[in-house]
Amino acid sequence: MKADPQNVLVGAHYLDGNHACGEGGIAAGCKFFAGYPITPSTEIAERVSRRFPLIGGVFVQMEDELASMNAILGASWGGKKSMTCTSGPGFSLMMENFGLGLMLETPCVLVNVQRGGPSTGLPTLPGQADMMQARWGSHGDYEVIALAPDSPQESFELTIHAFNLSEKYRMPVLIMTDECVGHMTEKVVIPPPEEIELVERKYSDVPPGEAWPYMEFDGEVSPMLPVGEGHKFHITGLTHDIRGYPVINSEAQHLNTRHLIDKVKKHADDIIWLEEKDIDGADVVVMAYGISSRVMQPAIAKAKKEGIKVGQIKMVTVWPFPEKRVKELAEKVKAMIMVEMNWGQVYLEMERCIAGKCEAHLIGHGGGTVHNPEDIYNTIKEAVK
Amino acid sequence: MAVASTIIYDYLRGKKKFPHVWCPGCGIGITMGALLRAFADLEIDKNDVVMVSGIGCTGRMPVYCDFHTLHTTHGRAIAFATGAKIAKPNMKVIAVCGDGDGLAIGGNHFIHAARRNIDMTVVLVNNKIYGMTGGQYSPTTPHTKLGSTAPHGNVEHPFDVYELTKGAGATYFARGTVYHATLLQSLMKKALSKKGFSVVEVMSNCHTLYGRLNREGSAVKMIEWMKENAVNIKAASRKTPEELEGKVLIGEMLDIERPEYCEQYEALIDQLGGRPKDKPEAEESPEPEEIKK
Repeated sequence: MKADPQNVLVGAHYLDGNHACGEGGIAAGCKFFAGYPITPSTEIAERVSRRFPLIGGVFVQMEDELASMNAILGASWGGKKSMTCTSGPGFSLMMENFGLGLMLETPCVLVNVQRGGPSTGLPTLPGQADMMQARWGSHGDYEVIALAPDSPQESFELTIHAFNLSEKYRMPVLIMTDECVGHMTEKVVIPPPEEIELVERKYSDVPPGEAWPYMEFDGEVSPMLPVGEGHKFHITGLTHDIRGYPVINSEAQHLNTRHLIDKVKKHADDIIWLEEKDIDGADVVVMAYGISSRVMQPAIAKAKKEGIKVGQIKMVTVWPFPEKRVKELAEKVKAMIMVEMNWGQVYLEMERCIAGKCEAHLIGHGGGTVHNPEDIYNTIKEAVK
Repeated sequence: MAVASTIIYDYLRGKKKFPHVWCPGCGIGITMGALLRAFADLEIDKNDVVMVSGIGCTGRMPVYCDFHTLHTTHGRAIAFATGAKIAKPNMKVIAVCGDGDGLAIGGNHFIHAARRNIDMTVVLVNNKIYGMTGGQYSPTTPHTKLGSTAPHGNVEHPFDVYELTKGAGATYFARGTVYHATLLQSLMKKALSKKGFSVVEVMSNCHTLYGRLNREGSAVKMIEWMKENAVNIKAASRKTPEELEGKVLIGEMLDIERPEYCEQYEALIDQLGGRPKDKPEAEESPEPEEIKK
């Protein structure tokens, strides 16, 4: 279905990534936002708090991030598309109920505008060091979907995409942006509503009494059950059966965890979104996501000018990791390079998939500012020697 | 008795979920019975109820009840319920918590939901201990009493849940015990009918852990203690402080009016013209007449 015209601020705007992200959520039909103030993400909450009452949405500032994450899950089960935003310290608090969202299979969107960490770290400066926390930060075994925008325009578009994925796969979806993108102001073109494709929530058409909240396991997506229409379902964070009733044994645990993993793994080809350039015949491939994929451009341009055959992959989705593609490329190229604002997180996955078939290089950075393109250029040069 | 049982069956997932997890003699069963009878008295359609819980013995209550039941994480029932209530303002939303779940790990959510005065009823089963994890002291364990993590006696002092609830801004508070089951039922009816944040604190017995550790005897003995030591708030005003020493005050202790959160936000949307144009005005509340009285 198409976006509701009431929700779409059509036209060209001059917005920072955070405001654009808020507009993306609104365009996607989000009608509930629960959040807690934290730098550098707060502009998303500010945008939404101003806009929501004008279009029938509800913004509520909760007492902490634990409450925020829970409230968006409750609203989602109440039938509203819902989202929250935060940054590092708040992301840590949200991990508890991000896990609940995964376990309950609840569609919603969680935006992390990453700053430098650990702990309070660098509240006003960028980082990309929560990537492994996004993957593994909540306890237990599961797979996640995480997107990384590199501009305000993408912040808008990927927020819509995140809502679509969350509805399609009935799970919380992460947007792992950063302070640079969040506070960078650029032109954002919001298309007319008829050009915005939305995935609507699938509700069960099985009559009450016969429908259960988890009809499908084995990685397939169950339709949700609406509230107030006779289903009177039960859901729990405990390991459960198709009825949502707790089952405390190893067989049920196997079924639950395999399901949460397979739901993403089985559909990885549909979820994974890579933007590749000059890969054919490349000697070296540079990978990056979010702001780092923009920062690497001058370095790649300089290397190409010197005749180095360098290809690039911008990971629009970081999780699930593009295992298949990296394994293929490792057979063909001399080296692969990961550029990220941490000391090697997504790099570990790249290195694992390369499995010694080609060289693996990390261009790490502690955060606080972006990479110096010169460092990226030097590593490319080193790699093709 | 037979009539009461029939009513309860209609509100339980009888064939699906029993036997339950609670110890024989546990007061949570009496609490659940009083709550379900209150729903029956008010003729609230089961389809209009959302019941949310966190973790702990009381957290297991929803799975037995034939409502929309959401069993969430430790302490978070009220936060989860806040989202559900805002998304479905016409639903009757209740959160059931224990003393640890509702007042320790969930204490922040408890006071802030009270401050917002969001329309929901919290049933807080206070058995003065963490039951499910094995008898650790909780925010309501009295000073000097024993818990598995207070083997020398509790150094801390407990919350007065009434003062906490009142101070945080709730509009209704009542305390009952699992001995006074019919009073409990009527207090729950009143709480469920209240538009705003309402709390019913239920003094319950954990004879398995609290009673054993503190030598307070069997379930029967602990419940008898409630009979002998509970004083209705109406009668309390005629008693001296000395006479009230060590007693448990029960009854309706707070019933005031304050603007309710969802209504305030709806009013803001209307004021700003934010009601979707292609959709009708907010539906009339489907609550039966009785609730509005």
